[in-house]
Amino acid sequence: MVVVGELINTSRKAIREAVEKRDVQYIQQVVKAQEEAGAHYLDINCGTMVGEEVAIMEWLVNTVQEVTDLPLCIDSPSTEALVAGLELTKADNPMINSITAEQKRFESVLPLIKRYQAKIIALCIEDVGMPETAQDRLRIARDLVAKLEAEGISQRDIYLDPLVKPISAADKYGREVLESIRLISEAFPEVHFMCGLSNVSYGLPNRALVNRLFMVQTMAMGMDGYILDPTNKDMMGALYVATALTGQDKYCRGYLKAHRKGLYS
Amino acid sequence: MYEVISNALAELDEDIVLDGVKDLFDKGVPVFDILAALQKGMEEVGKKFEAKEYFLSELIMSADVFKEATGLLGDAFTVNASESLGTVVMGTVKEDIHDIGKDIVVTILKCNGFNVIDLGVDVPYEKFIEAIKEHNPQIIGLSCLLTSAFENMKKTIIAIEEAGLRDGRTILIGGGPTDQKVCDYVRADQVCKNAQEAVETCKKIVGVK
Repeated sequence: MVVVGELINTSRKAIREAVEKRDVQYIQQVVKAQEEAGAHYLDINCGTMVGEEVAIMEWLVNTVQEVTDLPLCIDSPSTEALVAGLELTKADNPMINSITAEQKRFESVLPLIKRYQAKIIALCIEDVGMPETAQDRLRIARDLVAKLEAEGISQRDIYLDPLVKPISAADKYGREVLESIRLISEAFPEVHFMCGLSNVSYGLPNRALVNRLFMVQTMAMGMDGYILDPTNKDMMGALYVATALTGQDKYCRGYLKAHRKGLYS
Repeated sequence: MYEVISNALAELDEDIVLDGVKDLFDKGVPVFDILAALQKGMEEVGKKFEAKEYFLSELIMSADVFKEATGLLGDAFTVNASESLGTVVMGTVKEDIHDIGKDIVVTILKCNGFNVIDLGVDVPYEKFIEAIKEHNPQIIGLSCLLTSAFENMKKTIIAIEEAGLRDGRTILIGGGPTDQKVCDYVRADQVCKNAQEAVETCKKIVGVK
């Protein structure tokens, strides 16, 4: 199970303010909190800082790496910002968020995967648009995996994101993602998954509960990576339990360690 | 180095335990001493389990690490194992096929230095009798999970008595629904509520501190 800590993102108000003030201390505090809470990677996203994304990406990566050895997940729609971040990462095998099956995006990100020996989050989006059904996702996944493998990238380094859409918009959107995970993991047993959870609950009340239960359900289908807030104890508590229940936690050690850390009161 | 092994096992640091054991064994340290260090670690795990600091899966993990560690000692271990603390004949009684609890107790007892003869599940009275004659155990362990098996537990004990094999031995019972009342009813000597308690009870019986 891979947890990517999502908090260093300038779309979050507190981070944006800290970035604008170049508040090293606050950023580093958020980094430490995520590391202590059990994150395996830290996502770095400053895509909202239009016009200064590259400079801020550099500042963020340096600031973050002063206090952690965790590998980073460099997250941007801009190739320049990806390069800026990747160029500075210290840990081996950083993660890139993300590539898609859109031709332009694919061609611009592909060389970076090779140059930085990165793990790659591959979003199920293609030139004609977003997937609707599980079959759409499977088709795009096949396309992505085939193209990446043809370039020498191992299935183990690919983290497919099936693309989660709000169930408030169409009642089958949760079901289609669940089904797609099953189909994709049958087709590519070596491939990993990665997804965010908050999209699923958009437009609904009690979003935290919806997100948490979707995590549990997707994991039961084979999802093995999440971009989330690791300092959310309810979410992490559920994650450790779900990991143990799906037979991925030898001797329940992860669950028991979390218990001793006081994750369950 | 012994302490490193004991502490690492107590902390369930598998790699450190295995590296440590390999290292000592290669240096020609007597197997008996390595075993003693491992058993000290198992004792610590037992204490933590009793204190509810460790849980069942960690008790099982400690036994697996112990097994793997003693596996590194090769034949040397089996020779030393014959100098066990005592012999226990154990099984799940007739008409009950539950094995999880019984298997855990067997494993944990073995790791703590006992020679355990495991008769399996749904064990007929005669099989207990034969095993007792053959292995001459100080301790007999009867397990069951079904309340309907209490009757057969009692009959097993009566059969052991009638064969004249009860004297000088202690009969322990265990399993989900067993308690002091059941113990009195089936006329066993003592009830153990979990694997760790079984270890301590057996040690007392054979006179180990």
